[in-house]
Amino acid sequence: MNSEAKSHYHILPLRTYITVAGALMVLTVVTVAVSFVNLGGWNAVTAVFIAAVKASLVALFFMHLKYDKKINAVVFLMAILFLAIFLSFTFFDILSRGDIYSEVEKSIKGKAVIYDTMPFDSKSAGHDDSLTVENNEP
Amino acid sequence: MNTMPEKHYLNEKRGWKSWLFTLDHKRIGILYLYGIMAAFLVGGVFAMLVRLELLHPGRDLMDAKTYNQFFTLHGAVMIFLFIIPSIPAALGNFVLPQMLGAKDVAFPKLNLASWYIYVVGALVAIYSIYAGGVDTGWTFYTPYSTTTSTSVVAMTLGAFILGFSSIFTGLNFIVTIHKMRAPGMTWFKMPLFIWGLYATAIIQVMATPVLGITLLLLIMERVLAVGIFDPAMGGDPVLFQHFFWFYSHPAVYIMILPGMGIISELIATFSQKKIFGYKAIAFSSLAIAFISFLVWGHHMFVSGQSQLASMIFSFLTFLVGIPSGIKVFNWVATMYKGIIRFDTPMLYALAFLFLFTIGGLTGIFLGTLATDVHLHDTYFVVAHFHYVMMGGTVMAFLGGIHFWWPKMWGRMFNKKWALLSWLLIFIGFNMTFFTQFILGTKGMPRRYYNYLDQYQPLHAFSSYGSWVLGLGFLIMAVYLFYSIKRGPVAGNNPWGSLTFEWKSSSPPPVANFETEPILKHGPYDYDKIIPERTYS
Amino acid sequence: MSTPAKHSAYLAHHFSDSIQQSDSAKLGMWIFLLTEILLFGGLFVAYAIYRAWNPDMFYNAHKYLDVTLGALNTVVLITSSLTMALSIRCMQLGNRKRTMHLLLVTLILAGVFLIVKYFEYSHKIHLGQLPGKYYTFTGIEGNNPHIFFSIYFMMTGLHGIHVLAGMGVIGWILKRTSRGDFSPEYYTPIELTGLYWHLVDMIWIFLFPLLYLIG
Repeated sequence: MNSEAKSHYHILPLRTYITVAGALMVLTVVTVAVSFVNLGGWNAVTAVFIAAVKASLVALFFMHLKYDKKINAVVFLMAILFLAIFLSFTFFDILSRGDIYSEVEKSIKGKAVIYDTMPFDSKSAGHDDSLTVENNEP
Repeated sequence: MNTMPEKHYLNEKRGWKSWLFTLDHKRIGILYLYGIMAAFLVGGVFAMLVRLELLHPGRDLMDAKTYNQFFTLHGAVMIFLFIIPSIPAALGNFVLPQMLGAKDVAFPKLNLASWYIYVVGALVAIYSIYAGGVDTGWTFYTPYSTTTSTSVVAMTLGAFILGFSSIFTGLNFIVTIHKMRAPGMTWFKMPLFIWGLYATAIIQVMATPVLGITLLLLIMERVLAVGIFDPAMGGDPVLFQHFFWFYSHPAVYIMILPGMGIISELIATFSQKKIFGYKAIAFSSLAIAFISFLVWGHHMFVSGQSQLASMIFSFLTFLVGIPSGIKVFNWVATMYKGIIRFDTPMLYALAFLFLFTIGGLTGIFLGTLATDVHLHDTYFVVAHFHYVMMGGTVMAFLGGIHFWWPKMWGRMFNKKWALLSWLLIFIGFNMTFFTQFILGTKGMPRRYYNYLDQYQPLHAFSSYGSWVLGLGFLIMAVYLFYSIKRGPVAGNNPWGSLTFEWKSSSPPPVANFETEPILKHGPYDYDKIIPERTYS
Repeated sequence: MSTPAKHSAYLAHHFSDSIQQSDSAKLGMWIFLLTEILLFGGLFVAYAIYRAWNPDMFYNAHKYLDVTLGALNTVVLITSSLTMALSIRCMQLGNRKRTMHLLLVTLILAGVFLIVKYFEYSHKIHLGQLPGKYYTFTGIEGNNPHIFFSIYFMMTGLHGIHVLAGMGVIGWILKRTSRGDFSPEYYTPIELTGLYWHLVDMIWIFLFPLLYLIG
C-alpha cells in the first residue's frame, strides 16, 4: 500500500472546517438564548442535547472521527457508554435513597417507635438494653 | 544437552544503566517483577504480623492503633503495589509481545515511564508510613478517612500516581494487541492469556480514571474541606463509596482476569490437548470485564444505599457467575482425556481451579442480599476475597512464574523443592483462610483488634496456617533465586508448548525472534502437532 | 515487512511501516482521551447528583456566574479548536510557516481563556464564593450553596489545569515545527496534540451550559 496516499486521505476542504466552526458558534448563541426561556425541566435536557450536538461536530470533523479508523470511534463511544453506566447506576441509589418498600415497611413499623423529630439524646433513642445482655451466652 | 544461547536480552548489554534506561519490554517486565516481589514481601510481613497479633484476644505484640495501621498497609500494599501490577505489568510485559510475535510493545518509552511512575507511587505510599501511617483500611471510606489524623493524603496520592502507571500499561497493551500482531495472528489465533490481558487492559483504562478523580476528591475534601463527602456540610459519604467501588470492583477483575488467562495456557500445555471452547473462554473474559462495571453496589448493601439499587446490584452480581463458570467448566473439559503432566506450573493451575471455585461460589453467597446482611464485614468476606485473590490470582501468578521462569533466565528451578513449596503453600493457605469462613459465619467481624474468647482456637489455627504459608514462600524464594545462576539449562521449549514465545531461544534475543515470525498453527493445536520438550 | 533501508528517521524500530506507527499512536491517544473523559466523568456525576438533590440552590447559585464571560470563553475555545484543526491541515499541505502561525494563534487564544478565567475567579474569591468551608458569601438562598461553588471550582479548575497542560504541549509542538521536525509525511505529534486540544474544548462545551446556563 502506498503510505503517502494513505496518510493524506483525509485532508478536508477549508470550507468544511469553517462551516463546522460557524455551526458551533450558532449553537452557542442558541444555547444561551434558550436558557433564558423557562422550559421547566426541559431546560437541562435542551442544554445537554445542544452540547452533545456540538461535541459530536467537534469529534466528527475537527477530530476526524468521521474519516478515521472505526476503532477510534468505538473507543470514544465506549467512554460515553461507561460514563452513562456510572451516572445511571449511581442514580438508582440517589433517586430512591431512603425509600422503603411496603412489605418491609410493615414489619419495621410494627415494632418501631416513629419519631416526628430525630431524638439526639442517645438515652431516649430507644436502645434495647436486653440485646447486649443476651450476647454473653457462649 | 541443552546449551544457553550466546547472545540474549540479559547479556547483550550490561551494567545498571542498561537496566534503568532500557526500553526492552522483557527487561521492564523483570524490573516490575523485582518491584512487585519487594511489595509482596512487605505486604506479606504485615500479614504475618497481623495474624501473630490475632493469636490471642487482647494485646500480643502491638497496640490497637498499630494493628489498624498494619492491616491497612497490608491491604494497600498488596492491592496497589502487588496484585494489580503483578500479572499484567510483570509477566504480561515479558510475555505479551513475544506471544504476539512482535518486537516490542507499541510504546516502549511509555512502558518504561509506567515503571518509574510505579516506583514513585510506591515511594509516596511508603512515605505515608513514615508520616504517621494510615488506619482507614485500603478502602479509605469517608467520613473516617477525612477526619482521622493519620496521613491519608500521602497514601491516596500514592495510589493516585500508581493509577497512572496502571493506565499506561493498559493503554500500551490494547494498542499492542490491536496493531502489533505478527502476520497470520488473527484475533482468534491469539493465546488466551492475551485475551485475558486485553480484557484486563480495558478495565484498567476505563475504571482507573474514576479512582483518580475519587482520590482527588478525597484529597480536596481533606485539604480544602469542599464538603462533597461531608454530611455536616450537605455532602454524602455514601457517594464516596459509589465512586470508590466504580473503580475498585472492576479492579478486582483487573486482578483475576490475567490470572484466568495464565490458567488457560497452563491447562492446555500440561494436558497436551487443544483447549476446549476457545471462543467461549475468550469472550467470557470480555463479558467479565463488561459485567464488572455493573455490580459495584454489592459492596454497599448495608451502607445505606437505596433498596432499589441494592436489588439491581444483587441481581447483576449473579451474572458474573456465568462467564466465570464457563471458564472453569472449559478448563476441566480441556483436561478430560488429556495427557496430564503434573509439572510445577500445572500444580498451581490445579490449586487455582480448586481454590478459585470456592472463592467464586462464596462470592455468590455474599452477592445475595439477605445472606450478605449477616455476613457483611465478617471474616467470611475476608476468607472469600483471599480465596479469589490469593487462591486465584496469586496461584495463577505463581503458576505463570514457574511456567515462564525458564524462558526468562534460560534455567530450570529444582522441581522437588518446588513440589514441597507448593504443598506447604496449598496446605497453609487452606489452614489460614478456610478457618476464616467458619469464623465469619460464627460472627467474627473483620478488622477487629480484640475478640471474644470463643473465637480463639480458630484464630490460632488460622495464624498457624499463615506460618506454614510463609515457610512455603521462603522455600520458593530460595530455590528460584538459586536457579537463576545455577539451575540446569532448560532449553528453548522445556514444557513442550505451542505458543509463540517458545519458538525463540531461552532466554530470548533482544528483538524477541531470530527471524521474522509467521504464524503457522494455532496456539493450542496439540491434536496436529506434538511439540518437542527440551527438558524433562 | 520492511527492510531497514525503508525505515525512515522517524519510524521506530519495532514498527514495520509508518501507517502502523501512526495508527498505533492515534489509537493510543484516543484511549488516553477516554481516560480523560472518565476522569472528568466523576465530576459530572457529582454535579448531576447534587443538582438533582438541590435544584433550587443550583439555580440560585448559578446566577452569580457571569454568562457573558462564560460565552466569551466558549467562543475563544471554539476558535482555538478551529485554528488547531487548520494548523494540521496546513501541515498536511506542507505549509510549515502557516502551521506555525496557526499554532501560535491557538496558544494565544488558550492564554486569553485563562486570563478571562482569572478575572472570573478573582471576582468570586473577592466575594467569598469559595468552595466548602471557605465559603463566606451570604446572598444565596437554598441549602449548602458552598457545594455549588465546590463543584464549580473543581470542574473549571481541573479543566483549567488541562488548558495549561495543553498550552505547554502546543508550545512544545510549535518549537518542534519551527525546528523542522514535521512534514506532510510525518506530523503525528501535531495530530495528537490537536486531539487533546479538541477534547479540552469539548469538555468546556459541556461545562458552559451546565454551570452558567441553569434554566
